[in-house]
Amino acid sequence: MSLQRKAVALVSGGLDSMLAVRVIQEQGIHVEGINFFTGFCVEGHTHAIRKKDRDKPKRNNALWTAEQLGIKLHIVDIIEEYKDVVINPKHGYGANLNPCLDCKVFMVRKAREWMEQHGFDFIITGEVVGQRPMSQRKDTMPVVQHESGVEDRLLRPLSAKNLPETLPEREGWVDRERLHDFSGRSRKPQFALARSFGFTDWATPAGGCCFLTDAHYSTKLADLWKSRGSKEYEMDDIMLLKVGRHIRPAEHFKLILAREEGEGKFLQGYKRQYPTLQVTSHGGPFALIDGEISDEELMQAATIVARYSQGRSAEEVTLEYADTKGRSRELLVRPASPEEIPAEWVL
Amino acid sequence: MSRETIDCRRLLCPMPVIRVQDRVAEMRAGDELEAICTDPGALNDIPAWCRINGHEVIGTRSEDDLYFVTLRVGLE
Repeated sequence: MSLQRKAVALVSGGLDSMLAVRVIQEQGIHVEGINFFTGFCVEGHTHAIRKKDRDKPKRNNALWTAEQLGIKLHIVDIIEEYKDVVINPKHGYGANLNPCLDCKVFMVRKAREWMEQHGFDFIITGEVVGQRPMSQRKDTMPVVQHESGVEDRLLRPLSAKNLPETLPEREGWVDRERLHDFSGRSRKPQFALARSFGFTDWATPAGGCCFLTDAHYSTKLADLWKSRGSKEYEMDDIMLLKVGRHIRPAEHFKLILAREEGEGKFLQGYKRQYPTLQVTSHGGPFALIDGEISDEELMQAATIVARYSQGRSAEEVTLEYADTKGRSRELLVRPASPEEIPAEWVL
Repeated sequence: MSRETIDCRRLLCPMPVIRVQDRVAEMRAGDELEAICTDPGALNDIPAWCRINGHEVIGTRSEDDLYFVTLRVGLE
């Protein structure tokens, strides 16, 4: 009786990894999924926070995909280790602050460690040659194999026929003839294969699953690093960049203003970490103050927050300022005019 | 058999699932774990994680802005 071979699949929740798993399952291989949480993953966080979106149907795509495939899924928190990938990418950034090649090397390396610890035989991914400008090119895909240390135990079932033979193929664990030769950015072959497997639903963002590929988010992260004078971040920083309106009147401080009730509630969870401003005389936003500020700058911050309240046209607006120990005082200000909030302050 | 509670308040998906997953790894079959969450997505995600990993959801409920999921650890 032949040994049951086992593969661990990088499951993002997108269509390509879903197909890669099914292709290998069809060859009698036991597959389990692994999914890495970097903190930058787009997993409906804004939906979870915003009141108006909270009732929308929401699912974790990786979990949903695993359930469709009938495989176990191991979700791994890599937030701390991943910082080095974001801060010091050996291969640089893409169009925004996305270190895609370093990211792929890192994830495959982590999957290799998991594979070795759990007695699995090889790794599969849904990568397709030529699909991505940085991490899925014919010249960069071997970089992932070498730098992750996985070498020929990495099989890309959707593009295998365009790539050198791997160990699972050479050893006859999988039949190369039953693998695929997809290449390029067209999604048609994937859709056809999905239909042939009877899949009628799948997550649409093939890789659009990371905030670092988003230009607006990257602008806010770059601003955070610049203001701090170093490329450092904590989990709360990267969560807060997903929420609210960010306004930086000066290098050393910025305001994070809730845009609606759900965001306000979420930001209130940070009251012990940041001083806050809340408009009390009118309907208006709750805001965090990120940075040390003088009394004069506090009054300026209050005029800005007042500008985004329903009292923006009033002569005076009252706000409550509270420090991180909960000590509060009332501020009375004239709301800032639009001209007093230059566009470049709004991140 | 033991019954434990895990605080996942203010954590957004998939962190509640990860916390549950890591806690369950230390528990024994038949033990029960209740997760208290503020992300409503936990009501979908923790049961989905349980289904694919062989654990039984024995209750879900919401109370104000809190969401509770209770599971019984499976054999594996």
